[in-house]
Amino acid sequence: MSFRRSSFLVSAVVVALVATAVAAESPGEWSGFAAVESRGYAEDPGFAGQDSGSPTSLVFEPEYYRELAGGDQSLTFRPFARLDSVDDERTHFDIRELSWRRVERNWELLAGVSKVFWGVTESQHLVDIVNQTDLVENPDGEDKLGQPMVRLSLVRNWGIVDLFLLPGFRERTFPGADGRLRPPLPVDTEDAVYESSAGQEHVDYALRWSHAVGAFDLGLSWFEGTSREPLLTLSPTDTGTLVPYYEQVSQVGLDTQATLGNWLLKLEAVERSSRSSDFAATTAGLEYTFWGAFGSSLDLGVVAEHLWDERGELATSPFEDDTFLATRLAFNDTQSTEILAGAIFDNDGDGSQIVIEASRRIGSSWIVEAEMRAFSGNDPTDPFAFLRDDDFFQLSVQRHF
Amino acid sequence: MTLTRQAIPALLILALALPLAASTPEERGLAIALEADRRDAGFHDSTARLEMTLRNRHGEESQRTLRNKALEQPGDGDKGLVIFDAPADIDGTALLTFSHKTGDDDQWLYLPALARVKRISSSNKSGPFVGSEFAYEDISSQEVEEYDYKYLRDETFSGQDSFVIERYPVDPKSGYTRQVVWLDQAEYRVLKVDFYDRKDSLLKTLTYTGYQQYLGQYWRADLMEMINHQTGKSTELAWSDYEFQLGLEERDFDRASLARAR
Repeated sequence: MSFRRSSFLVSAVVVALVATAVAAESPGEWSGFAAVESRGYAEDPGFAGQDSGSPTSLVFEPEYYRELAGGDQSLTFRPFARLDSVDDERTHFDIRELSWRRVERNWELLAGVSKVFWGVTESQHLVDIVNQTDLVENPDGEDKLGQPMVRLSLVRNWGIVDLFLLPGFRERTFPGADGRLRPPLPVDTEDAVYESSAGQEHVDYALRWSHAVGAFDLGLSWFEGTSREPLLTLSPTDTGTLVPYYEQVSQVGLDTQATLGNWLLKLEAVERSSRSSDFAATTAGLEYTFWGAFGSSLDLGVVAEHLWDERGELATSPFEDDTFLATRLAFNDTQSTEILAGAIFDNDGDGSQIVIEASRRIGSSWIVEAEMRAFSGNDPTDPFAFLRDDDFFQLSVQRHF
Repeated sequence: MTLTRQAIPALLILALALPLAASTPEERGLAIALEADRRDAGFHDSTARLEMTLRNRHGEESQRTLRNKALEQPGDGDKGLVIFDAPADIDGTALLTFSHKTGDDDQWLYLPALARVKRISSSNKSGPFVGSEFAYEDISSQEVEEYDYKYLRDETFSGQDSFVIERYPVDPKSGYTRQVVWLDQAEYRVLKVDFYDRKDSLLKTLTYTGYQQYLGQYWRADLMEMINHQTGKSTELAWSDYEFQLGLEERDFDRASLARAR
């Protein structure tokens, strides 16, 4: 949550630029959404301290956008807030985006807090390392915290090169002691430990080259800095809690996709080294879409991916040798109705997760979303085992503007 | 891509001669398609705003607002960028297309909530575009090479002397066996298209109205209405703010531009 000196600096740059540039430009525009979200858990909590209630949340994410200098520059501000009725750690505020962007013929520059996405696969995002996961949002890890950055993109005939300077580390969010979807012991994020003596002030670097040639999209990336994925260790001071330990890592990543008619073939691979380990991990898979399935206007997509981690049972991610199978239904109706159903299961037979997500537009500005997640597993080394009492159903109503 | 002054009369003579010289209905149909294409060539780039109104058979409406940018490619299909403004939940979603005269197009979709650029399959020709009565193949850049042609007859349509031609999609993934197209003889503008499904029954009719000329050459219809005869649904496209030759470049149609399009 804390934006310290270095990240504050980046924000200060933005504010200074706003002050100089705003003067006689056209007014900006507001957009965004507000949502009410309610979760019900199927079982009583499995660990001491967890609240057995059904949490309700209010979420607000407005966005302000303004063009400057005739459109060659722009400012974006997107704060985010969640108020949760049960978990104080889920109640949180973040700046998802506060950035100034300048676009030139052969390059682009972005300074401030922003978000980037790297990768091609659906089940997990191995290569995607720049932004920290906002884990309290959803156990799927798709939600990200804003990352302070200076990003220079060089656009060439042979691809796009992105250079990142990342001052200021964002800690992963974890559910609090009374929250669900957490390890048996709560994670105390206040006492995070860092390998680097610079702690959160450590400046990270990243580089990415990406290109598209015919049917192939290719990305190569490199990252040097504080790991986004902490190791959880027993707290030395407060027994009964875990503390995150953030190592220094260097990671080389590859992501590629071949788009061949109805087929998408995907591969993500990383090699990550730190003081504690040096390992490779991959996600490889395919996606096939039946357009206009069953003689209707429905599109039916089928996804299969294999997740592998060289560390095996010692992997910090739950996916050391797992299979992901999913189907995506797009109804192509005026309400943009969509259903996604997927399962990810350990190939050793222990631990699985099932997810069903459905969404539909009501009128022109409302979205109703339902989500169900179920976990199983008896092997205590499998992280899904911790979640086996946390099967939940969630209903969310969003008003977009 | 701008034609020289000397080249224009030569091309005009050639174009006028072609429909007459063509002997078989197939040659005549192709000649008409080539002439329509030639008259629309050289615009270089354009932008426009589009209001889509989707109506079901009970008359219930829903709206989409989007902006379209196009860049002509010498020797290949156009590059196009579609940016959604409404409904609000898809505001900022953008679709980048590199269309090709033959084979599948290249398409990338930008999802703003995830900041994710996704390469997507473009083999879905006959599927509905954002829930409308327009299929992807109806809204994509129309290339002469995508059809075989046949001249049918001359006919007066809405008081205008017109050619009626039939065209047959080359791509086996097309949702149509054939399309019957009415073009006015004076300006080679498409006035109406009848679409026949894979069973050769009349599926949809598209009519173009409110043609306006830009830069003294390029005709664009203000209104396009697609009626689905089999479902009773319809979709209306109301175009506005057409602008041409703004000096757009390749750079405005790359993956980096997609992620900041809005």
